[in-house]
Amino acid sequence: MTTRHGERLRLAGLLAPPLIWLAAAYLGSLAVLFLSAFWTTDSFTTDVVRIWTTDNFQQVLTVPVYRTIALRTLSIAVAVTVVDALLALPMAYFMARVAPARLRGALVVAVLTPLWASYLVKAYAWRVMLGEHGLINALAAPLGLHGPGYGTTAVVLVLAYLWLPYMILPVYAALERLPEQHLEASADLGAGAWQTLRYVVLPAVRPAVLAGSVFTFSLSLGDYVAVQIVGGKTQMLGNVIASQVTLDLPMAAALSAVPVVLIVCYLTAVRRAGALDSL
Amino acid sequence: MAQADPAAVAGTLTMGAPALRLTAVCKEFGGTTAVDGVDLEVRDGEFFSLLGPSGSGKTTLLRLVAGFEHPTAGRVELAGHDVTGRPPHRRDVHTVFQDYALFPQMTVEQNVAYALTVRGVRKAERLARAHEALETVRLAGYGGRRPAQLSGGQRQRVALARALVDRPALLLLDEPLGALDLKLRQEMQTELKQLQRLTGISFLLVTHDQEEALTLSDRIAVLQGGRIEQIGTPAEVYERPATAFVAGFVGDTNLLTGQDAVRVVGRPGTYSLRPERVRLVAADAAGAAGAAYTQAAPDLPGPGERAVRGRIADIVYAGPHARVRVDLDGGGRITAALRGDDPVPGGPGTPVLALWRDESAYPVPDLTQD
Repeated sequence: MTTRHGERLRLAGLLAPPLIWLAAAYLGSLAVLFLSAFWTTDSFTTDVVRIWTTDNFQQVLTVPVYRTIALRTLSIAVAVTVVDALLALPMAYFMARVAPARLRGALVVAVLTPLWASYLVKAYAWRVMLGEHGLINALAAPLGLHGPGYGTTAVVLVLAYLWLPYMILPVYAALERLPEQHLEASADLGAGAWQTLRYVVLPAVRPAVLAGSVFTFSLSLGDYVAVQIVGGKTQMLGNVIASQVTLDLPMAAALSAVPVVLIVCYLTAVRRAGALDSL
Repeated sequence: MAQADPAAVAGTLTMGAPALRLTAVCKEFGGTTAVDGVDLEVRDGEFFSLLGPSGSGKTTLLRLVAGFEHPTAGRVELAGHDVTGRPPHRRDVHTVFQDYALFPQMTVEQNVAYALTVRGVRKAERLARAHEALETVRLAGYGGRRPAQLSGGQRQRVALARALVDRPALLLLDEPLGALDLKLRQEMQTELKQLQRLTGISFLLVTHDQEEALTLSDRIAVLQGGRIEQIGTPAEVYERPATAFVAGFVGDTNLLTGQDAVRVVGRPGTYSLRPERVRLVAADAAGAAGAAYTQAAPDLPGPGERAVRGRIADIVYAGPHARVRVDLDGGGRITAALRGDDPVPGGPGTPVLALWRDESAYPVPDLTQD
């Protein structure tokens, strides 16, 4: 009895600091944020007034601008996720199953290296490339084309670039784990390359794609810096929240609830598909 | 079949080509030769085994037949058609993999029906035939489960059902029972044999387990170093080994060469003497007979029997039999396998007379010419 008691005590001691951190600092601040969304602001002093109201949420749901921006943000996050999945699949497949061991190592490094560079530097690099006299237009001109310039397309492009490693890595890991024998068994039973891809490879990497999409989707949903650098006049939820923080904190808090709700919905759907096990 | 006249044999040959014919097949991997000039035929409806130690090239040979590898030289023919350059999915063979390679995200039924799915068979027929295949391996009712929910033996049977569902001309089995424990392995051996008889499909089994090869096969090819040492029925391979390697690999043997042969067998050459053919008599019990033998009267122990004196070196009890090693008085050592009703004449150090029928020492054809 005493030893079991002692073990429990030790376990409690071990888990207390992270649990307190999680409860107080992490969930606590989220709760305060949510709570403050029900307060209001004095329009002269811009001080927060603790009067209980649901006005902020009503505005978020009814003002057309907010709805447009929320939908745009959602579309951008979805587009980024789709683009990343489409890019990551062939890339990860090549890395995991085609490239010789040495090249594979080099490619993993190449995928990881951009993560070490500053986000801002990468975003500004894209701003330069996407500019009127930038690299993209220079390359597109001989083909009679014109680059996307600054705007929503540029935002999708840059975010897809920024988050691509988060999609490649889980897909690469899943493809590397896929036993060669499964591919052989498929061919042995009469499947051509495309059929093997459809019936064996894609189902095997589906959880990994979903796991990667958790990153690409949620990171895109919350982003507000890239859009300022390459988005032109495009606004995402993050920009609106950032601009409201100093003017109307409760309104900003209510707006923040939108991406939180979207992400919770997304995670629930992904969890149901069993993808969180492979994170 | 053995006495059939040549014309009739020729007739059957033209009617049906062998299920598999390998002609001078070689396979090199970056300088190392894994398969070195193999010729063999698997007849229609035959259970054929490739037996050899690891590194003998047996698995490579199987992969060459499946199409996962392509030979450096030589021809692979299935049912009379040259398939040497064909990819795996265009060969009428299926493989049962060593660790089954069932698709984890599919149900048992989807796994079994896979060969039909990729061939575009209608769903109703697919399910009916998958069900039928599962029935043959006694797994009816398991179609809805996932491979992860099955035991090792059940997975093995799903793998069999999956490979047999569209009746390939030849079934390849890569050490299929290797992952199972002894009891289950013996059960599955019986089932494999029954399944092969029931379906009439030719089986090509790769194994390093000589007992498995002997029990299951119609014929065995013993491989070593990428070459075939001998092809024959289990009895032929066991009773009349073509090389010293075969004698030693297929079952245990006392291999006697040079001086040992002259001293023990009484003739020069190379001889294989199976331990279970040797019986031991305590030299005391043999009494005068033993004494007489030392005075050069080799027929005394019994008509046609050969006897050699020695002392028991050690005894290893192995369940159904005991293996007794005997140090011979004139030098050298032989092993006798004594069954339970054939008692060991004493402990280590006991003087004994080792006896065997003269023809039990089988002369192994000369090896030096290789």
